[in-house]
Amino acid sequence: MDAVARHNVKLSGRTGGQPILFAHGFGCDQNMWRYVAPVFEDEFRVVTFDHVGAGASDLSAYDAQRYSSLSGYAEDVLEICRELDLQNVVFVGHSVSAMMGVLADLADPGLFDKLVLLCPSPRYIDEDRYVGGFSEADIDELLESLDSNYLGWSSAMAPVIMGNEERPELGQELTDSFCRTDPDIARRFARVTFTSDNRRDLPRVTTPSLVVQCTNDAIAPVAVGQYVHAAMPNSSLVLLDATGHCPNLSAPTETAEAIAVFVRERALAS
Amino acid sequence: MALSQAALQAFYDALLDDDAENLYERLPCGYLTTTPDGTISKVNETFLRLTGYDRLDLVGRRTFAELLTAGGRIYHETHYAPMLRMQDKVREIAFEVVKADGQRLPVLVNAALEYNAEGVPILIRIVAFDASERRSYERELLHAKKRAETSEADAKTLARTLQQTLIPSTPPYIPGLDVAAAYRPAGAGDEVGGDFYDVFQVGKDDWVVALGDVCGKGVDAAVVTALVRYQLRALAVQLPEPAEVLQALNHVLLKQGTDRFCTVVLLRLRHVDEAWVISMSLGGHPLPVLARRTEPPTPLGTAGSLLGVLTSPAFHETNLRLVDGDALLLYTDGVTEGRNGLGQFYGEARLRASVADHAGSAQTIVDGLLADVLQFQQGVPRDDIAVVAVQVPVNA
Repeated sequence: MDAVARHNVKLSGRTGGQPILFAHGFGCDQNMWRYVAPVFEDEFRVVTFDHVGAGASDLSAYDAQRYSSLSGYAEDVLEICRELDLQNVVFVGHSVSAMMGVLADLADPGLFDKLVLLCPSPRYIDEDRYVGGFSEADIDELLESLDSNYLGWSSAMAPVIMGNEERPELGQELTDSFCRTDPDIARRFARVTFTSDNRRDLPRVTTPSLVVQCTNDAIAPVAVGQYVHAAMPNSSLVLLDATGHCPNLSAPTETAEAIAVFVRERALAS
Repeated sequence: MALSQAALQAFYDALLDDDAENLYERLPCGYLTTTPDGTISKVNETFLRLTGYDRLDLVGRRTFAELLTAGGRIYHETHYAPMLRMQDKVREIAFEVVKADGQRLPVLVNAALEYNAEGVPILIRIVAFDASERRSYERELLHAKKRAETSEADAKTLARTLQQTLIPSTPPYIPGLDVAAAYRPAGAGDEVGGDFYDVFQVGKDDWVVALGDVCGKGVDAAVVTALVRYQLRALAVQLPEPAEVLQALNHVLLKQGTDRFCTVVLLRLRHVDEAWVISMSLGGHPLPVLARRTEPPTPLGTAGSLLGVLTSPAFHETNLRLVDGDALLLYTDGVTEGRNGLGQFYGEARLRASVADHAGSAQTIVDGLLADVLQFQQGVPRDDIAVVAVQVPVNA
């Protein structure tokens, strides 16, 4: 199956415009970008997609081996870019997808023009003097929390989610399936997300990068955002007034503005 | 009818007691109001009682998410908050609230996001139901589900392992003859089928080919299949004629007291004076197909009784001297009784046509037939399929 269908890729915006690729994080699907992506449609070719296992992606394409590390997900991002023949891409990754962007950039240098890391964390678990914000036990608790909250998920729901091909923009079906997927996949994705460690990858990124940090983010605290910024030689840091971990939903205007300023920087300079 | 004075008074007292304040504070569940970013702005008595917090500890000081376990906080940020933003409400979310004393309180949470007239989110209303007992019940269910899944996986492995013992572990081989075989379990192959085949030597230039089908599936059937297979091996050594072997096998099955009958085709192949001579007997089994170079494929043999049913069964013997290029195909009814989407049987006519189409070697016949039968059933066989072909090479 091709990557575009596998990932339920959606294209909008200006044909021939610079591509801006939005990658959603752990938990929900590409609808996370619903209020941010449209802001870029006048100028950019806007690409959104679902990670395999999320939203309306092809669940049957879930390969536990491939997705046992973030590299598998990064490879997906590259496949989407190749298939759509995207070049000079602005990559916007939220949460765990920020690190997928870092890995994709290192795997295929030059593909990305700029990297936007929204609420990134290279390592969620505390280690020695590094403070990620969580302990191993916390992650076990999360898995338990996922288990309790997927009780209502049954195999009968899978066709509803997977067969949701013509997603009405605000349809009931969509909102019901938003943030819901096969519990086994959710567990595995949670484990990969919260046990990965990409701290060593950060200094190798030379692509201009923007770290967008929220105030009071329970998942990626300010200190972590500062760490990412300090570790990436060609990065800048923006601290939003927005609180929480999903400013793309809770403060879309502020989030889009921060991204827009960064991606237009060079256009203004040149 | 007029109420008595006392009853009326009690009615007013009750009304007084249930004013809006009490309705809120004593609601039999925790009830909180937070700002859109989660800071608690109002909380009822029930929540304070359930969690042991003082109102002053919470209002204006803590967010709802901060009261959760770390794992719950991640779930809150990655699932609950986005859902609430996207759908304006969430239902039946399982969290654990960390109480003032550090203990945990499992709760089920419903929440709703409210907007002002301009469409700006202004507050979140949250109700939290004590779900301690329900949660332990759910945990038990989850454990039971995991155990069931493990057992199922084990059973599948067991079925496959058991199945492998019912057919030879290596491809059949008879010197001077071309032999091929195929086995395909029904459906997804998660259950042990009753089909089997075997090819073994009993003396110099003296070989036996057996193929059969024990009725039913599962472990019970597999036990009988194993018994039949080993009995055939033991009996064939003592008894020279296939019909005698089937008589003896029938006796064994009756003595065994199993209610599972079976069908067998038993072939004895002897290499005599540079030629292969066969004697064959059938017990309730479909007639094999003989394919000669000069004639269209035809059924060979005489039907005999089912095994394990009658006290005086009848088994007949067919003897034939094979010539170069002769092929004999043994199969189970999983082939002919395969059905397509229209409910049609694959049948003997298609079987013979397939054998003719794929003439060449034992392997081409077996492979071609298996592919045809699977395609006829859209790749998912309803019943087990076992096929063995023997052919005298043309240049032998």
